[in-house]
Formats: sequence, structure tokens, C-alpha cells
Amino acid sequence: MQPTIRELIKEKKQARSSNSRIEKTMPKVFFLMAAFSILVTIGIVYTLLIETFYFFTQVSFVDFITGTEWYPFFGNDPSFGIWPLVSGTFTIAAIAMMVAVPLGLSSAVYLSEYASERNRKIIKPILEVLAGVPTVVYGLFALTFVTPLLQSFIPTLPIFNALSPGIVVGIMIIPQVASLSQEAMNAVPQAMRDGAFALGATRLEVALKIVIPGSLSGIISSLVLALSRAIGETMIVATAAGSTPNMGFNPTESIQTMTAYIVQVSMGDATFGSTIYYSIYAVGMLLFVFTLLMNIIANYFSRRFREVY
Amino acid sequence: MKNQESEKLIYSVKDFNLWYGDTHALKDISLDIPHKQVTAIIGPSGCGKSTFIKTLNRMVELVPSVKMKGDINYKESNIFDSKSSVETLRTEVGMVFQKPNPFPKSIYDNIAYGPRIHGIKNKTILNEVVEKSLKGAALWDEVKDRLNENAFGLSGGQQQRLCIARALAVEPDVILMDEPTSALDPLSTAKVEDLIQELKKDYSIIIVTHNMQQAARISDKTAFFLNGEVVEFDATEKMYSNPNDKRTDDYISGKFG
Repeated sequence: MQPTIRELIKEKKQARSSNSRIEKTMPKVFFLMAAFSILVTIGIVYTLLIETFYFFTQVSFVDFITGTEWYPFFGNDPSFGIWPLVSGTFTIAAIAMMVAVPLGLSSAVYLSEYASERNRKIIKPILEVLAGVPTVVYGLFALTFVTPLLQSFIPTLPIFNALSPGIVVGIMIIPQVASLSQEAMNAVPQAMRDGAFALGATRLEVALKIVIPGSLSGIISSLVLALSRAIGETMIVATAAGSTPNMGFNPTESIQTMTAYIVQVSMGDATFGSTIYYSIYAVGMLLFVFTLLMNIIANYFSRRFREVY
Repeated sequence: MKNQESEKLIYSVKDFNLWYGDTHALKDISLDIPHKQVTAIIGPSGCGKSTFIKTLNRMVELVPSVKMKGDINYKESNIFDSKSSVETLRTEVGMVFQKPNPFPKSIYDNIAYGPRIHGIKNKTILNEVVEKSLKGAALWDEVKDRLNENAFGLSGGQQQRLCIARALAVEPDVILMDEPTSALDPLSTAKVEDLIQELKKDYSIIIVTHNMQQAARISDKTAFFLNGEVVEFDATEKMYSNPNDKRTDDYISGKFG
């Protein structure tokens, strides 16, 4: 007689008894994998903290946090005032956001509210390719294409300046703004749009007065995340912004960002244990605090402005 | 019998066909919908009744791949005419949906939304419109003390009456209702039905419903749709007591559907 399905299942189950050991071990493996990344994070923060602590045994914390002169390489009289690096970083970030916010949000509105299914399927992958370009390529693009282009409008613009890499960092974060904002807009229920259309609203009115307010939390958190990427961006600014820590927010000057300073020192020959060596950890720590703050803000906004449907 | 006066038409549909891609959803529909009466559209799921009502304010065009042929005249002009604007049509023809869909805003802002998008900003006028519309939808007494609270705090039945009030706020001539009570409990349903009786004094109402008793209770005329065709269209009393078509009889008496 042919065995019934029930008997067959029983048979197979017995044959697979070794599987139960795998079933039991796998959760532990998964846990270890998850724990590993947490441990690494703790390790990074620990290293930063220790080295930063050494830095502050050599340089006063108050001078560091309030100083407006950053001359670490001045032989016997170096000064470690962080503000020129902070202002350079925020100049780049501000220019980048001026580029990324209008372009990214417009793309998101187009993709979510206007594009046909076909256009969406073509445009979204292209945007994602833009997100996959290595940043060193963007850096070269800034230095060898955007800067000469800008110089034809502003002849006095130096080869290393804040404007060109700022624009290019902006271009780099467009896909992130566009794609996260578009997802937030897509999450607005069709019923909301229908309600407005049925009252005689145009597509633009629906986009501006229903979809954007309805997805504001997602839009804002996408912007804050993009801002934190702009602040942390390294290769583009190291390549095209120069290495002159100038205090102020003049985009046509050569500047230095916090990240670019870290690169400059790491690539140079700062002696292990020297003040300059420790200074990159202090700068890195501050950068870490900035991006952490940004993420907390993004989280806060996405909760604060969440509209429940 | 109704006299000739009240048989003035609001919509006149002639040989109307609609396709979703290759699916022929509405076939040769011809219907004359009377002014200031309640016209019910009944039929089993998938018979095209929702599609039909969404065509009357051209909401169906939001679905990609829709193709249409034929004429729909609204007050003597073809709604598909290139000269007529779809926004104007939708301002004159309000719509209430199956599931209440208030905006995630305050009660006040929900009602004021329509007038505002059409450019009305005057606070006094808006206040009046909000009060009048909420009274018109029999909701004023329940919400007048909490106009600034979020509309999602209202019960389902109240939300649906809010959506009716929202439609009234732009002073339409017609109100389309797509199964407006299917998501409501019996008590809220009764309230909405009473409201429909009130509203028909001032508005032409076209209502899609699954509930045949509801159609019998509230409508003056009934159209029975089946597989994208109009099987029968007549005075509601006549349809329910003495239908012409056997299929109508079978559907109404519950033999299928």
C-alpha cells in the first residue's frame, strides 16, 4: 500500500532530525552577529573617547571649543580653535542643502504624484545609480569639471573653493532626499488624495496641500539624514575644497572641513602621540557628536510630525 | 407618480462605454438621472456601479489605462468636452466615499479645505460655511465645541457625516455617494439615511449601495447594474414591486448577488 502523506511527512521529519540542532544553534549565531556590530560601535566610541581625552590633556578644552584659529602646524605655537573647521563644514553642508532640497523634493513630488508607472520605473533606478557613484569620482568631478565651469562665471574663484564641492555634495545627496521623501509621499493614502480631488483640487494643490503636509515627518527626517551625510562627507571636500582652515562662510574661498582635516593628518606623517595626532580624534569625536545629534533630531521630527491616518 | 416638473434631468448618459485596459467594465450605458431626487445604483460586486458613479465626476480618470467612449451630459454640456474643466465639474459634483476619508486636520480645516483651495480666505465667510455645512450634515450639535480637534477623533459615522459636510462646503448641485454606509454600524447608517432624505430637497443625489433595503428606503429611482450593463432603470417602487426583467426580480429577491 502506498504510504499516506502523513506517514511520509513523519518519515521525512525523522530523516531531518539533525536539523533540530541547526534550528537551535542558528538563533545564537544570529545573536552573535548582531552583538558583533554593537561591540564594534562601542569599540569605536571607546577609541575616540580615549584619544580625545589625551588631546585635552595637552590642549585646553575651552580653547578648542571657542577658538577661531586653527593652525596645528605652527611649530612651537600651534593653535587648536575648532571654529574654522566647523564653519568650513557647515558652509559645505549649507551649499549642499541649497542644491539637494529643491532638486530632491521636486524629484520626489514628480515621482510620487506625476510620473507615469513607466517613467517612474526608468527614473528611480537612474537616481539610485547616482547614489552608487563612489565619492572619489564626485571629488574629481568637482575639481576638474564643476570648478572650471564656475570659474567661467566667477573668474576670481580659486581652484580650491567651498562652492564647487558644496554643489557636488548636494548632487550626491539628491537621490537620498528624493527616494526617502518619495517613499514618505507614497505612504499618504490614496483616499486622502481622492478626498481632495473630489472637491475640485488640482494635482498641484493635492501635492502641496495634502501630500506634502501628510508626509512632512518623513520629508524632514530624510532632509536631516541628508544633512548628516553632507557633514560627514570626506572625499569630495578633501579633493576640491583645499586645506585652508578659514574662519567664515565665504563660499568662494578655499576652506577646510573637519573630515578633510582628518584625512590630511592621516595621510601625512604626524608622529604617534603628538598633539596633532591626537587632534584628529578630538575633531572626529566632535563630528561624531554632530551626526549623532542629527540622527536624534531626525528621529524626533519623524515622531513629532507623524500624521496618523 | 412624479409630475413632469420634478423630472428635470441633471445627468443624461448616452451609449457610454468604459474599459480598464482590456476589460470592458461599462457597456452601452444609457441613463437619465433626475434633478433633486435620490437615484440608487444597485448590483452585485464587480458589476461596474462604482466605476459608473466615479465617471460622473471624472474621478475614474485617475486610474491609469482607462479608456472611455460615449457621452455624459451634465446640465446640457458634455463633461468630456475639452472646454469644460474637470475641477469645475468636481466642485459642482461632490463625492462621498465608501470609507470615511477625512483629512488629518481639524474638523474646521476639513470643512474649510474645499472653499480654501478655491481661493476663499475671508475668516467670516469660512466660519459661516463651516457652520452651515456642519448643520447641513446634521453634525453641528455634536462637534460645535471641538471644531479645532483632529477629525480622526470622531466616530466612523461622524467622520462620514463630516465628509458629507466637507462636500457640502463648496455648495455643489450633485452629491455622489459610493456605498457611504458600508463601513458604518446600523445606528450611524440610519443617521446618514435620514440625512440623505433631508439633502435631496436641495441636491441631486446618486448613491451606489450594496444594500437593497437601503435603496428601497431612500431612493426615488433605482438602476440595476449587472456585468457592466444596465438591466433595468425605473422608479424604485416599480422596480421592487413589479420589475420588468427576471434578473432584477432574482437579484432583489436574493436569488443571487
